[in-house]
Amino acid sequence: MRAAVIQFGGSNCDRDVVHVIEEVCGADADLVWYKDGLNRAYDAIVLPGGFSYGDYLRAGAIAARTPIMADIIRAAEKGCLVLGICNGAQIAAESGLIPGVFTINAYPKFLCKPAYLRVENTTSPFTRLYSEGEVVRFPIAHKEGRYIIPAEELKRLEKEKRIAFRFCDEAGNVTASSNPNGATGNITGVLSEKENVLVMMPHPERAAEEILGSADGKKIFDSMIAYVEES
Amino acid sequence: MKFEVVITISLKEGMLNPEAEAIQRAIAHLGFGVDHLRKRDQYRITLDAVDKQEAEKIAGSICERLLANPVIHTYEIEVI
Repeated sequence: MRAAVIQFGGSNCDRDVVHVIEEVCGADADLVWYKDGLNRAYDAIVLPGGFSYGDYLRAGAIAARTPIMADIIRAAEKGCLVLGICNGAQIAAESGLIPGVFTINAYPKFLCKPAYLRVENTTSPFTRLYSEGEVVRFPIAHKEGRYIIPAEELKRLEKEKRIAFRFCDEAGNVTASSNPNGATGNITGVLSEKENVLVMMPHPERAAEEILGSADGKKIFDSMIAYVEES
Repeated sequence: MKFEVVITISLKEGMLNPEAEAIQRAIAHLGFGVDHLRKRDQYRITLDAVDKQEAEKIAGSICERLLANPVIHTYEIEVI
């Protein structure tokens, strides 16, 4: 698998993602500055976390309107995997790659702590190595992570099994008290219609090695690599 | 012709606005009783258009494509 990790002004998790893909998972990754555009075909594109454009206007809103996003939307339409993490999730939602929006947390402060997630989908290219209902622990680090989606579109997401992760407690119960940001239905990972785009607020790249306290996130990258190698 | 356009972006009715709630609580701490507080973003833009209708149309496109997110926002346009 060769992945492009897109750097916008203000991205700050780009090198962590490259480290995990290359050093931890043994695949290839290129850092791509957004102004350079996509100059070759990639199996996967990662929109990393950070604070692109200082979160001006709405988090992700300005990066979503840069020309490279048009290239990324076209690549996604052709089946390229696109993973949006944290600010990358906000950018992907703002650019219409998935429905809904990530907006300011119900309690409007920056949250930086580990969170438990329940794996809801195990068929996508990103989640196939997990088992259904598996509880994983990833760090979250955001102020604008509350997922909002109109009720009708939510029904469709649920029917099509496009919710990848929900916040839960350590035992896997999806409860109001285990919802750190007030997201609709505790949702914090959403898939596109064809399941080749995953956006999520938690950081799998910060939970990909045991030395960091959790290696649960490595399976996302390993799933992507396995999917690309099979197809 | 130059037109001055005022664009106001609001959260849809009923949407949780934690920032407005925090501001309302701070007003209460000062001893003022406030029943309801809404916070809106306002942009004042000068643009070129042939007439008022076109100025409104351009401002509408700017709202649709950038300033508002239709999932959570409504917008109002006033050409001065």
